[in-house]
Amino acid sequence: MVSVGSTGTAAAVPAPAAASRLRRAGRPLLLLALPAVVVLGVFFVVPALRLAWLSVSTPELGVGNYTGLATDGVVVTVVLRTLGMAAVVTVLCVLCAYPYAYLMTIVGPRWRAVLTALVLLPFWTSLMARTFAWVVLLQDTGVVNALLGAVGLGPMRLLGTTAGVTVAMAQVMLPFMVLPVYSAMRGIDRRLVDAAMGLGATPVVAFLRVYLPLSLRGVAAGATLVMVLSLGFYVTPSLVGSPQQSMLAQLISVQVNQLVDFGAAGALAVTLLVVTLVLVAGVQRLTRTGGAPTTLVGGAGS
Amino acid sequence: MRSVALRRTLVALGALIGAWLLVPTLIVIPISFSGEDSFAFPPSSWSLRHYETFFTEPSWLNALLVSIQLAVIVTVVATLLGTAAAFALSRTVFRGRGVLNGLFLAPLIVPGIVVAVAVYAAFLQWGLIGTPIGFITAHTVLAIPFVTVNVGSALGGFDRALERAAASLGASSFATFRSVTLPLIMPGVLSGAVFAFVTSFDEVVVSLFVQSPQLQTLPVRMFTSVTNEVDPTIAAAATVVVTLTTALLTLAATLRRTRRA
Amino acid sequence: MPDPVPASGARIEVQGLTKRFPGAAAAAVDGIDLEIRAGEFMTLLGPSGSGKTTTLNMIAGFEAITAGRITLDGGDIAQLPAYKRNLGMVFQNYALFPHMTAAENIAFPLKQRKVAKSEIARRVGEALELVHLGGHGERLPSQLSGGQQQRVALARAVVFEPRALLLDEPLGALDKKLRESLQLEIARLHRELGITFVFVTHDQDEALALSDRIAVFRDGRIEQAGTPTELYEAPASRFVATFLGDSNVFAGRLGDGGLDTGWCSLRVPDGRAGEDPVALVVRPERLRIAANGAPASGDNVLSATVTDVVYHGAFRRVLVRFDGGGTGQVRDTAGAGGSLAVDQRVEVSWDVDAGVLVVDDDAATAVAAGAR
Repeated sequence: MVSVGSTGTAAAVPAPAAASRLRRAGRPLLLLALPAVVVLGVFFVVPALRLAWLSVSTPELGVGNYTGLATDGVVVTVVLRTLGMAAVVTVLCVLCAYPYAYLMTIVGPRWRAVLTALVLLPFWTSLMARTFAWVVLLQDTGVVNALLGAVGLGPMRLLGTTAGVTVAMAQVMLPFMVLPVYSAMRGIDRRLVDAAMGLGATPVVAFLRVYLPLSLRGVAAGATLVMVLSLGFYVTPSLVGSPQQSMLAQLISVQVNQLVDFGAAGALAVTLLVVTLVLVAGVQRLTRTGGAPTTLVGGAGS
Repeated sequence: MRSVALRRTLVALGALIGAWLLVPTLIVIPISFSGEDSFAFPPSSWSLRHYETFFTEPSWLNALLVSIQLAVIVTVVATLLGTAAAFALSRTVFRGRGVLNGLFLAPLIVPGIVVAVAVYAAFLQWGLIGTPIGFITAHTVLAIPFVTVNVGSALGGFDRALERAAASLGASSFATFRSVTLPLIMPGVLSGAVFAFVTSFDEVVVSLFVQSPQLQTLPVRMFTSVTNEVDPTIAAAATVVVTLTTALLTLAATLRRTRRA
Repeated sequence: MPDPVPASGARIEVQGLTKRFPGAAAAAVDGIDLEIRAGEFMTLLGPSGSGKTTTLNMIAGFEAITAGRITLDGGDIAQLPAYKRNLGMVFQNYALFPHMTAAENIAFPLKQRKVAKSEIARRVGEALELVHLGGHGERLPSQLSGGQQQRVALARAVVFEPRALLLDEPLGALDKKLRESLQLEIARLHRELGITFVFVTHDQDEALALSDRIAVFRDGRIEQAGTPTELYEAPASRFVATFLGDSNVFAGRLGDGGLDTGWCSLRVPDGRAGEDPVALVVRPERLRIAANGAPASGDNVLSATVTDVVYHGAFRRVLVRFDGGGTGQVRDTAGAGGSLAVDQRVEVSWDVDAGVLVVDDDAATAVAAGAR
């Protein structure tokens, strides 16, 4: 039964039907993706490209919209304010998320489930409902002012101020920080810290030299996520803040709704998008996974 | 002893942060049962009148009905398209697959305001502003990624040998999909569907740009309420929304636990 | 088996069968020819990556072929989709549908064939009995042990009365003891069903124990095909000799006086003198060993030093280093060689007809001639 020379011809003749069947085999499957690709293409990619085109073609061809924005004092102020607030919100989130996530790693499974639910439920419940709640909480006669008054700090104006917006935004963003930090911490082998202490490091040194560096990857992922989302955040700043203290997304909205200037709005949107993509790409390289966003939408973590 | 003190501090901090996460969501509930026409907290009298307004006043009721219908349609469309796409992506190897994967994640990454303005500019041109088709397509774009991620992850854990086994036992591709593949990835499909529903039901930014005074979703109606009026009906609306989404997401979590088991 | 099964299996023939994976330099399966006779138990044996599983997958219809023919009783099936080939298949990891009970798994192929409900129930019951799992039908695969799962998989693969059963390393995931009991089970099934079995494994013991014939795969080609006895007694190449069973290999060139290994000269069965590297293969049980000084007789006698003695109960394995070079092993039954200790000087001997002269297809590594 061992191959002999006489069948060499049979082996040499390719089977064209088989080869093309192999190629065809993949195609009907790919067609399954077509409807979704068409919907995303027509109603997402084309509008995005159109907007980018508008930003360099309205009112005239060129980068006039971009240079115009860069030299407009109001725009520059808004961009700087947005960057500043996003940074503050990010720092606030890191400060709150780190001990919270750490607590999640040291409690028992039951409490961990409670702590996780506390993060996930508000995260997935209506943004409008939560933003409305902050409007109520922060109003002049609201709960926060009552508490501040009780400790002799108030009442003070919170609604319509950057302070109020920052507190509300940080609360909305916190889950985006807690989950990646927790997932990084969960992967840390506790024995490394014990080993460091066994080698004579004080607990503080062991934490700073071993645990903190290992958890920084999660912090970086979370911080980028929060930063990106904060830069483009619209709903909460619009309702809790004021037009005088507006952020980038509000400015874009004003350009469209009140000034009907798609060129300028497009230029702002493209700028925001580019910054976002650069930040996301940066963190993806840093963590080498796209894990954070997919964990949040229920994918990879399960 | 230091570690005990540290642990106590951590627990106290955790409780504070937990409260900060939870309380703003819960505080709308007592206000929704208030008997007054203000957002005073705590309310000095109780009633169901805000619910009555919510379920009878046309602008609120219509917005709720629009949102539910829209979310149901978007769920069906996005689940069908997203599942098919996830299946195709997980089963074929070709050039440009990375690009396609990126396309399916893009709506998650691109800031909402950018999507909103882009869609607004295009839909204005195409006459889709304030139309059901405009809402359905815009929300479907935002919901598809949630389906592809969930179904993709379910397919990732799926043993392809089962499909070969089915084929060797005489099942055609379609029969194999229907009787083997689909039942086994169903939990992923269902949780993707729940996420799609919640995404559409809660969406604010893009809807603000696609809406017209005649066709508004509930979050849009709530947005205008916060901007223009002091009307505790919104507290009733928020309570209804929170209850509904919490119930749905608990369902999704249960499904995912079943998938893992 | 209460149900009368057609006592004939299918004849499967492949000709010039070739599989090239895109981007791979060498063909995974390189123009093989093989005839599997009706009702035969044919084993495809080889190291991993030798093309045996790819060949099975092409027969099953899971891999498109690049070139060649696959015929079932003379009819070309190469273009037929897997689900129309009507071949049973058993997988290494069982591939039971986890959402169906054992009975539902076994009923699956019958449902696909639109068999009547009452008929399905009857045949599922029989199939469960066939693999000694009566009463386990309502369990989910996760509630069954590995051995039980593989029995369900066997029942599922034969319940629709295919004319051939393909088995892809079906025992690979099981521990040794279970593997042996399932080997017997598979042999019994083959006898009772009378259909053709095509069995893929990398385990030579399994192949020798079960097969009517074995095809030894190497680098996408069939090195040799034949009965276990033929392969063991008359290997066609050094590769086959060393892959199946233990061997002593003496590599060298044929000269006038016999085989010249570079360190000794050996008398060999009538071989033609030539330039091609050849190897003399002698099975360990064909070697005799005697303590130095005791009379050693045989056509070939080599002096050696014992390096290790491994006791196996019914026999012992004696590892030796020959004077001049090379190592070897002797399977010494019941202490025929007397008491042996490490470092002891011995004589190893054998007769001409105990060895087989084969092509040394492994000349590059032949330097270290000796037992595996």
